[in-house]
Amino acid sequence: MLISQNILTALRGLMANKLRSALTILGIVIGVAAVVALMAIGNGATSSITSRIASNGSNMLNIQAGRSQRPVAGAPYTPAYLYYADYESLARTLTDIAGIAPAYQGRFTVTQGINSSSTSVTGVTEDYLKVNNYEIANGRAINANDRTKQNDVALIGATTATDLFPNTPDPVGMEIRINNINFTVIGVLKSKGSTGFTNQDDLVLIPLETGYSRLYCANASQNGQKVLNVIAVSASSADTVDSVSSQITFILRHQHHLKLADADDFRISNQAQLLSTLSGVTSTLTTFLGAIAALSLLVGGIGIMNITLVSVSERTREIGLRKAVGARKDHILFQFLVETMTLSITGGVIGILLGAGIAEVVTLLKLITAQVTFSSVMLSFSFAVAIGLFFGIYPAYRAANLEPMEALRSE
Amino acid sequence: MDNQSDAPHALIQVVDLTKIFYMGENEVHALDRVNFIVQKGEMLAIMGPSGSGKSTLMSIIGCLDVPTSGSYILDGLPVEKMNDTQLADVRSKKIGFVFQQFNLLARTSALENVLLPLSYTNKNRRAARDKAMQALELVGLKDRVKHHPNELSGGQQQRVAIARALVNDPAILIADEPTGALDSKTGEEIMGLFQSLHKDIGQTVIMVTHDSFIARHTDRILRLADGHIITDAVNLNPLKAGEARRSDAEM
Ligand SMILES: Nc1ncnc2c1ncn2[C@@H]1O[C@H](COP(=O)(O)OP(=O)(O)O)[C@@H](O)[C@H]1O
Ligand SMILES: [Mg+2]
Repeated sequence: MLISQNILTALRGLMANKLRSALTILGIVIGVAAVVALMAIGNGATSSITSRIASNGSNMLNIQAGRSQRPVAGAPYTPAYLYYADYESLARTLTDIAGIAPAYQGRFTVTQGINSSSTSVTGVTEDYLKVNNYEIANGRAINANDRTKQNDVALIGATTATDLFPNTPDPVGMEIRINNINFTVIGVLKSKGSTGFTNQDDLVLIPLETGYSRLYCANASQNGQKVLNVIAVSASSADTVDSVSSQITFILRHQHHLKLADADDFRISNQAQLLSTLSGVTSTLTTFLGAIAALSLLVGGIGIMNITLVSVSERTREIGLRKAVGARKDHILFQFLVETMTLSITGGVIGILLGAGIAEVVTLLKLITAQVTFSSVMLSFSFAVAIGLFFGIYPAYRAANLEPMEALRSE
Repeated sequence: MDNQSDAPHALIQVVDLTKIFYMGENEVHALDRVNFIVQKGEMLAIMGPSGSGKSTLMSIIGCLDVPTSGSYILDGLPVEKMNDTQLADVRSKKIGFVFQQFNLLARTSALENVLLPLSYTNKNRRAARDKAMQALELVGLKDRVKHHPNELSGGQQQRVAIARALVNDPAILIADEPTGALDSKTGEEIMGLFQSLHKDIGQTVIMVTHDSFIARHTDRILRLADGHIITDAVNLNPLKAGEARRSDAEM
């Protein structure tokens, strides 16, 4: 029997029951669409994170307080801190660095007139912008004078500027209130472009010393010393990242009076490492989402099997007749397989179109730049076809093995 | 086995044919040591009360089922030794089956219904179409080829089914109560068609009926009861379809 004729027969059978066929392939359509769309969104997220980290400069090292190992059971827990003195010591001693930027960060309500937002307010030194790849769009940066005089001045991010000053094109020179203290805006940062989960343009920078004395106060003081959240160090080149990292370890261990057996009470993360960790995480996440979506393909396959079984029992007489006029087992097997394959392939194609459509909508809504990949399309499509084949075999086998006489007698 | 068709030989040779159905504890002897021979070109009727084994016999003769024991030689081929694939091949090449309920595919034109048996052979599309058209012409439905079963009368549907049975030039045309679902006038018309196929193209016809008037249109009548053949008689004066009336014939 000709394949084309078989496909025609199958299509006619399926068209005769349009609603049922549509419901049958729904599972496959949703499954394939979900795989394609989720993989596209996942891939989009991965590449946006990657490009964002790359924009921060991959020579950067971030130092934060904290132990990577748990303390021995029973040993008293002593929290780890990063002190301002650590920064001073690093700044004095480190070689091969392009800049070092200590920062203390807190979250405060920032208001301007009737506009208010909860924003991170970071106390910084004059090196902060350079080390973290920020540029000034308008106004001036924080300088050493602002720090020594503890001026109430602030640099604001692009998003913060539009949030607080929706109608003012240039807020430089205007006042904002942080925790009910007036600060003068001295500059607005250029947008870094928000591409992912956190907005890098929603921030307020103030002189570190102003922050210590006016905002952070007791929170930023431990053991009689000023503490920092993070010290960002930018190595002079990619080649010196490792050596700078070991210098930092050496200096900080000395600063913190750690004994040889003690574990580090600080963590140094470098951007290259972060990059690979994060893209590892997102691709795991993508795969995971894809796998969940693939489950619905499995459910769709069971739907196909169910409907095909119904169709086999409804058409028992037809099968008997086909056998009576000379159809062999393999003819009947093939007929029903073509039917389930037609269903799953149709479902697959519709699902791919739907998934790509969803990805397109997500992109148009500027949520994330979703990237439909050839591999996800191929993967879900072949999975759909395989499902059609797998779940079609049993009903087709049942049909093929009906005894012709029994089948003809059935009513 | 090429010499089958040279010498005059029995088309069907059935020896001690037995069919037992097992229904749990019970055995139903649907056929019990049935013996008979059918020559090429014969037209015979099998009669008997309901449950006497007529359909079972037809399904074995038509290679839709295999006997429990006994032998069946069709055109020189020992059918009882065949596997599923070989049986399908025999059905395709040698058997044309007509049913009481027509068994046409719904939503499918007369032509496509007749094409169905050819779709399981290696005929090319054009040759198949020509063959199907010929068969439809033979049964007098040349002008109904595009019609679907629900657009045809019962008699016309049975003609489509007969065309479908003839399309592979079968050695035997087997009909299980072909007039059973038709009124008596239409039934006679179908008998007329069988008679002309028998006379004009020498078609071997075996049909089942429980209607003795219908049976008397054939040359030979075999009576079954409880799975046995009780009589096997030549009908010397077969009725001609459309000429005799039921009431006359009853006398
Ligand atoms: N598939 C089957 N399973 C069990 N019993 C059957 C089956 N087919 C037929 N029979 C039994 O065999 C006997 C003959 O049936 P059948 O050949 O259909 O008779 P007829 O066609 O003469 O009415 C009946 O008793 C019937 O119940
Ligand atoms: Mg019967």
